[in-house]
Amino acid sequence: MSRPGEAMRVIVGNGSMAARAEAEGVARRSYGKLVAYLAARSGDVAAAEDALSEAFAAALADWTAKGCPQNPEAWLLTVARRKLIDAGRRQRTGDLASGQLRIAAEELEAAEDEEIPDRRLALMFACADPRIESSVRAPLMLQAVLGLDAAAIASVFLVSPAAMGKRLVRAKAAIKEAGIPFAPPGRDELHGRLEAVLDAIYAAFAEGWTQQLGTDALRGDLAGEAIFLTRLVVALLPDEPEALGLLALMLHIEARRAARRSADGDYVPLAEQNPAHWDAGMIDEAEAALRRASTLHAIGRYQLEAALQSAHVHRCRTGRDNWRDVLRLYDAILVLTGSPVAAVNRALAIAELQGADAGLEAMPEASPENRLNEYQPYWAALAELLARQGAAEEARHAYDIATGLSSDPAIRRFLLKRREALRV
Amino acid sequence: MQYLLILYVNEAGWPELTPAQQEEGTAAYMAYSEALRKAGALVASNRLRPSSSATTIRTADGKPQVLDGPYAESREQIGGYFIIEAPDHDAAMAWAARCPTVDHGVVEVREIWPMSEYTRR
Repeated sequence: MSRPGEAMRVIVGNGSMAARAEAEGVARRSYGKLVAYLAARSGDVAAAEDALSEAFAAALADWTAKGCPQNPEAWLLTVARRKLIDAGRRQRTGDLASGQLRIAAEELEAAEDEEIPDRRLALMFACADPRIESSVRAPLMLQAVLGLDAAAIASVFLVSPAAMGKRLVRAKAAIKEAGIPFAPPGRDELHGRLEAVLDAIYAAFAEGWTQQLGTDALRGDLAGEAIFLTRLVVALLPDEPEALGLLALMLHIEARRAARRSADGDYVPLAEQNPAHWDAGMIDEAEAALRRASTLHAIGRYQLEAALQSAHVHRCRTGRDNWRDVLRLYDAILVLTGSPVAAVNRALAIAELQGADAGLEAMPEASPENRLNEYQPYWAALAELLARQGAAEEARHAYDIATGLSSDPAIRRFLLKRREALRV
Repeated sequence: MQYLLILYVNEAGWPELTPAQQEEGTAAYMAYSEALRKAGALVASNRLRPSSSATTIRTADGKPQVLDGPYAESREQIGGYFIIEAPDHDAAMAWAARCPTVDHGVVEVREIWPMSEYTRR
């Protein structure tokens, strides 16, 4: 069975430059839109992906020979529908296939130059449906909406490609079999369901961000793709403060990407970054999104997280201490989420205000239950506070664990240097 | 479940490092072991002497045949291993991704097949 990413690789590998560039452009802009539209009535994401994948391959041959069509999106849609009909005929496996056949045939009769309705939001809600296991929602969205292939997604999430492929196939089967609707939920349900969509996008962003950031094009790209998805949600649901909050949060973090590495590739912590290396345009956009979110009067986790980023930027730019504001924001996040991660960051803010002893006092205890014992930033934070307190032996041990839990060589080097500095 | 992480490294790389880099490399592996130990995931681990010290033995035409050098001549050789305890393959992969070998070599993750699953009593 072909996968969407393979068709795009074919496009990249063959064909004339113009046809290739056009197909890539359409793939980037319209992939999810076409999948969403093709799968909307049948609920069969896998069949839609296969048909679209074949359509992209056909586009390459046809566009190379005859030039790009006037409306490439409509061209792809028509070809993909024919492929769906062909696939349905080949299968002939009873009602399901013939139902799909009927839908595809009906849709094929529609005018070729129609405006394709954007059902990507519905597709995202289907991917983040409560009946889909939460860990597969982000991968599923990356595949169905953006067309990334299973192998690329597996590398990002650090799992076996075969296992990832199986999970994606199972999830698509679940969407089809459970009849998960391709429609954004109604007003009453929207907030809860949107949270799952935003969480899945943020999970993709976080994977793209934390794994060896800046050294790997694919992972760097993933952060960009997650921002693309969030922009899409904001465009389609412009009055949702948490979507705006998530966009602001991601833009703030992304704006500092380049500043997190020195010219030699060493890790540079926030306090030592040069604000001139930040992307000021991205920060402005983040601030604007956050301001707009605040006019909608419904606070939430992502807005608070974005406000924190905003506070950090403000402090670093002006040199004016605002740890009290930072602490208040962590207090609020902790109340809202109960997250042990928020508790760790809150302890660091307390240390800034009242010293290392108070910070350590506020630091939660790591346990297998709260999973802090394998949470790298916890050990890095603990090591830092112990070092400041002068507890060299304990600090060394915490630095060791923080180093051992990191998968980023630059962060490992940074932590080992800090550990080394304890000797004097 | 237990997993074997096989570390494939380019042996020619190590002697080319400066003493400071070697010390940093050793510290990274010690930190990794410590993190595994703290998480209760470390079963066993060792570094191996260079593959030039390896000897293989097999039977050819009914007679033992002994050869110097590793089984497979390739740029990357097994330089060491970790045996870890992990709830599933995903968790084992998460540990493999943290192994310092990933920066300069290859880590192969293999599930250990417990003897109880294929022996009859």
